[in-house]
Amino acid sequence: MNTSKNQVLKISTSGSVDDGKSTLIGRILYDTKSLKQDKLKAIEENSIKKGYDYLDFSLATDGLTAEREQGITIDVAHIYFSSPNRSYIIADTPGHIEYTRNMITGTSTSDVSLILIDARNGVVEQTRRHYFINSLLRVKEVIVVINKMDLIGYDQQRFQSIIEDFKKLTENTDFKDQKVTFIPVSALHGENVVNPSENFRWYDGKTLMQVLEDLKVEETQEAAHARFQIQTVIRPKKESLHDFRGYAGKLRGGELKINDEVTILPSETKSTIKSIEFYDQQYESASKGSSITITLKDEVNVSRGDLIVKTQEKPLIAKELKAIICWMDKTPLLSSTMLYLQHGVKQVKSKITSIDYKIKSSFNGTTEKTDKLNMNDLGLVNIKVGQPLYFDTYKENKDNGVFILIDGKTNATAGVGFIQ
Amino acid sequence: MLQKVKNNPLEDEAIYIFREVAGQFEKPAILFSGGKDSITLVHLAKKAFYPGKIPFPLLHIDTGHNFPEVIALRDKLVKELDLDLKVHYVQDSIDAGIVKEETGKYASRNKLQIETLLQAIETHGFDACIGGARRDEEKARAKERIFSVRDDFGQWDEKNQRPEVFDMLNGRIDFGQNVRVFPISNWTELDVWNYIQRENIEIPSIYMAHKRKVFERDNLLWPANDAVVYREEDEIVTEKTVRFRTVGDMSCTAAVESFAFEIDQVVHEIKQSNLSERGARIDDKRSEAAMEQRKQQGYF
Repeated sequence: MNTSKNQVLKISTSGSVDDGKSTLIGRILYDTKSLKQDKLKAIEENSIKKGYDYLDFSLATDGLTAEREQGITIDVAHIYFSSPNRSYIIADTPGHIEYTRNMITGTSTSDVSLILIDARNGVVEQTRRHYFINSLLRVKEVIVVINKMDLIGYDQQRFQSIIEDFKKLTENTDFKDQKVTFIPVSALHGENVVNPSENFRWYDGKTLMQVLEDLKVEETQEAAHARFQIQTVIRPKKESLHDFRGYAGKLRGGELKINDEVTILPSETKSTIKSIEFYDQQYESASKGSSITITLKDEVNVSRGDLIVKTQEKPLIAKELKAIICWMDKTPLLSSTMLYLQHGVKQVKSKITSIDYKIKSSFNGTTEKTDKLNMNDLGLVNIKVGQPLYFDTYKENKDNGVFILIDGKTNATAGVGFIQ
Repeated sequence: MLQKVKNNPLEDEAIYIFREVAGQFEKPAILFSGGKDSITLVHLAKKAFYPGKIPFPLLHIDTGHNFPEVIALRDKLVKELDLDLKVHYVQDSIDAGIVKEETGKYASRNKLQIETLLQAIETHGFDACIGGARRDEEKARAKERIFSVRDDFGQWDEKNQRPEVFDMLNGRIDFGQNVRVFPISNWTELDVWNYIQRENIEIPSIYMAHKRKVFERDNLLWPANDAVVYREEDEIVTEKTVRFRTVGDMSCTAAVESFAFEIDQVVHEIKQSNLSERGARIDDKRSEAAMEQRKQQGYF
């Protein structure tokens, strides 16, 4: 693998029912020649069987029988393709209201978001919801794809007025670093997706694929302090490595170097980084995302879930916190509900002490009082935890400012929280 | 002068997942078929826990229809890394009358593995089984989670899966349930091959071009081995230079004609290929939902 091939750009897609999301993805696969002959043949055969006079690319992505039967996408599907420059992963997330939790799931692991709009319908309530979630998750790069331009005669004025409508949404966000790009396309005819089209003579911007190709992953990330949460302690049972204690984990945010002064939380013990290792090699430093093993100069007591930070860059410490929750479970969230809270790899007991408000589903910025959150509701809640958490606000450090809530009875992942 | 650790997002993610398995489960195992994906898994596990030993046993469900080259490499790997290998035989499940041998032209032991696997999981009390399935292989697998919960019967409930947000993995289960874990979910076939090439990982020789007796059926080349693979009289055996793109049960794995004798040539060939990896898997061709149905029943 050369350096450029190590790059992966993760994309999430969202749109309303019938905005043509699956068709767009199918088109990207087809025009980048990522669909192999046998898969293409299966799509052709199925399209004929269904009586379509065009290729139904959604058949490439809708993997479950129920999805094919109903002609809709139910669950997040992951689709892979590559250009000569790098690999891409698309998380295709459903547009149905009842499946919004999947959109958060898909968006949470992505570097860039595509929001699809049907040019005939313009900005609709779902668009507002999708944009709101993108802002809540602080997605830095948002690409608004205005699809089905062929059905409105490639009307430039209409394209412009949709942009104006969308910009009214972005005025409300406090996330000023966000970049929004607008692209008019026809996914069905493959215009402006990978290849440009004569029908868009009035459009002098890049095609969707050109925009993606030019995006650098680093540009989609925000700077943050180093947070190293221990997943497992490596203690080889070999005589030669008797004193070896390696602390294994994935570095979240920032950078760690040999000789950095660090503090271990919760014990508040101080030490210095002795070595940074990856497999059988030693390194000088490591940055966000690396799954490394570190050793410390002092013999200290460190266990799974403990957090190692630079002594100068301590996180917040609290047993009570405020977070925006997206509730994902069929059973509503009530105040006083007991749940497990998982912060990174650490699980603690928690209790919702009160719900301040829920965000109205019109997503025009208004809130309402409530005593419960239903599935797909977003609201601000107060949570008490059994042990102190060592966290940042989501704004300061995405990885260390987020948690999931687990229902102790069903073990289901019932919600996700963004610490405010 | 020491360097900065190079980010390799797919490798970092896989190692993170392995370490979560070690942190969250009591009795995990690596499902090991001997194919390139499971060999890659073992390589990643070695890196995740170095200089410690891989803290899980390997579980091999042996259909009895193996390629000998695969078994030889399996045993070599187990010895080199001082691993604990547990083998469970489909033949035993047949002999015990739990499953029935398929007959006819497309008879295969692929589906029969499910029961043997479920029994092995129960016998050892494994609470997490790590597999080398990838989302790009097949469209039902594209819907699979990294931590995928199975009930007491090993069933996959595809409509009721836990959302996986950011990188947080929720491995909480009830007694009797188990989790299937897929550390290389986000790798493509080409990613695996690039990695094998870069890391110089030894894989079974049948992935490289070699001479083999085969016969043609449905535009695919089937390995000719009358004891294992059913062949009709008019299906003529010829010797061809072939290689395998996936390694499964011999009765469900077709070969492709190839002159890629070295790994570099294999990687080049895969980049150029017009056929998807599982295009040579006869088990997927049974129906559009073949994989989804097997997964619901406990296939990995």
